[in-house]
Amino acid sequence: MNYFNLLRIAKNALMRNKFRAFLTMLGIIIGVASVIAMLGIGQGSKKSIQDQVASMGSNMVFIMPGSQQRGGVMMGNSSSQSLKLADLDAIKQQCVNVSAVSPEVRTSGQVVFGNENWPTSIYGSNTEYLDIKKFGIESGRMFTDREITSLAKVCLIGKTIIEKILPKGMDPIGQTIRFKNIPMKVIGVLKEKGENSFGQDQDDLLIAPYTTVQRRFLAIDYIQGIFTSAISESKADAAIEEIQAVMRKQHKISKPEDDDFRVMSQSELIKTFTSVSDILTTLLGAIAGISLLVGGIGIMNIMYVSVTERTREIGLRMSIGGKGRDILMQFLIESTLLSVVGGVVGILFGYLISAVVGSMMGWPVVIMTQSVVVSFFVCSAIGIFFGWYPAKKASNLNPIDALRYE
Amino acid sequence: MNKAIIEVINLKKYFEVGDMVVQALKGVNLKIMKGEFVAIMGASGSGKSTMLNILGCLDKPTAGEYKLDGISVADLSRNQLAELRNEKLGFVFQSYNLLTRTSALENVELPLFYNDRIKSKERKERAIAALESVGLADRMHHMPNQLSGGQQQRVAIARSLVNDPVVILADEATGNLDTKTSYEIMELFQRLNSDKGKTIVFVTHEADIARLTSRNIIFRDGWVIKEQIVEDRLIASEMLKSLPVGEHEV
Ligand SMILES: Nc1ncnc2c1ncn2[C@@H]1O[C@H](COP(=O)(O)OP(=O)(O)OP(=O)(O)O)[C@@H](O)[C@H]1O
Ligand SMILES: [Mg+2]
Repeated sequence: MNYFNLLRIAKNALMRNKFRAFLTMLGIIIGVASVIAMLGIGQGSKKSIQDQVASMGSNMVFIMPGSQQRGGVMMGNSSSQSLKLADLDAIKQQCVNVSAVSPEVRTSGQVVFGNENWPTSIYGSNTEYLDIKKFGIESGRMFTDREITSLAKVCLIGKTIIEKILPKGMDPIGQTIRFKNIPMKVIGVLKEKGENSFGQDQDDLLIAPYTTVQRRFLAIDYIQGIFTSAISESKADAAIEEIQAVMRKQHKISKPEDDDFRVMSQSELIKTFTSVSDILTTLLGAIAGISLLVGGIGIMNIMYVSVTERTREIGLRMSIGGKGRDILMQFLIESTLLSVVGGVVGILFGYLISAVVGSMMGWPVVIMTQSVVVSFFVCSAIGIFFGWYPAKKASNLNPIDALRYE
Repeated sequence: MNKAIIEVINLKKYFEVGDMVVQALKGVNLKIMKGEFVAIMGASGSGKSTMLNILGCLDKPTAGEYKLDGISVADLSRNQLAELRNEKLGFVFQSYNLLTRTSALENVELPLFYNDRIKSKERKERAIAALESVGLADRMHHMPNQLSGGQQQRVAIARSLVNDPVVILADEATGNLDTKTSYEIMELFQRLNSDKGKTIVFVTHEADIARLTSRNIIFRDGWVIKEQIVEDRLIASEMLKSLPVGEHEV
């Protein structure tokens, strides 16, 4: 039997039942598209978290006060006051893998300008903070060391606050705003950073000298965090170890389990957050697997339901001279065509869904090769097998038995 | 005219249904000559269809010998049987068995698709010629559901003709049709037999249809009980004329 004839026969048979062909393809399309889209969405969200966290400074290492456990007893609040400026100086002097260090103190409150007000946070730091946290200055300037020493009432302002409380078109530089009733002079505008992947607006903040925030707003002398830059991303782990050693010496701690601080690098943070989205991806993957199963069962159903009709067709074809292998080839071509076309359409749909969701969420579109390959092959295999198997059985019958099949 | 197209010797066909064995054919001997128009008759369940299916190589006998055009069918493989059906046999079913949603022309072309020697141009020409010979050239692009039962059966007959078979086998080909349409189909068969010299084996249980053929073979309980030449053979075209006017419309 020549292949051109077979192709024509298969094509005619498909055209004869477009709806069945469509339903079969639909099963494959749903199976393939859902796997690709689900995993694409999961991976996209993970990638976006990674990108975001990295944009906060991928060689950043920071120290937070940590719960202090002594003999299994939580020491409560005292630990949150464990970080001192002396620790900062020690790190600066003793850690060779650290290039920049800044304290951080923060508080939240209302910022007021004229009749407008807006709830926000103020962050106190030294002059190195912007570099460590990858902030940029759009206009104006950073505060100086002198202003730090003098507890100057100056601040840098984020774009969101400008939008919320300043009249349109007004130059923020030189304006005096009030934060928690204390007048603060705006000396610089921060470059827009946008939302991070947790939906947090990174432009909704004020940055001021840490001394100002410590004394004028909080009346404390400890600091709430220390932010540092490792000299390079690859030295982040070394920096962590150095910092831990220095901090233990400073705090006179001999055993790591007695630490009253926590040192973390940005890359660890990335791991923490991506582990969350890994769970999400696994979950979506499970849903995708179920869709694949449902799609597969759909394909089987359609193929199975049409067995009776098709067995008679096979009987007829055999009775007018079709050989077993001609008929098998016809069915194989039919189901392969359906599976391949369905699979390709499914891939396109999967990509489209990932892209749409990605653009709505601001995620990059990540299409995993494995998800494409696996879903395509699973669906095609199901489609081809269930197209072929009944045909195989039918073509082994006597023509008359196939003709009379019910 | 004295060449045997079909020769059946002591042919048996048993069906196993559960523990029971149905003896559909118990030892049939038959000889059908080239150019004959034979009717196989008999009561329901007497084995007519079973016999015809075996003659058409759609089913295998349990025992006995069957020679078609000099070839001993028992020795053939499944593929060789398929070729035999494709090149030497034409089968007409009671229920037409056309492919749905497929034009008359394509239905008729179908057997030729399975013959590699026939190119697409010839395939089409032969299909059109076959449809012309059954008087349906103007309906060749119609789908089966757009045709009457009689017209569908004509398409099926055209399909059985298209490969120029040595024998046409028809199982109650008029069984689903009214009297007038039955005579029209029989007229067609008579013409194929007399003008084109086709050998035709025709299963029926209607005596008046059997009288349109040249010889009757009567089955009972899986045996051939009687064979007789039709003495006063009727002509279908004349029968059509003698049908009471208006009967068809009722
Ligand atoms: N596939 C089968 N399985 C079991 N028994 C069968 C099968 N086909 C036919 N038979 C039995 O063989 C016998 C002959 O059947 P067959 O169909 O040949 O009768 P028939 O003469 O064509 O009858 P009718 O005029 O009603 O069509 C019947 O008893 C029938 O029940
Ligand atoms: Mg019968």
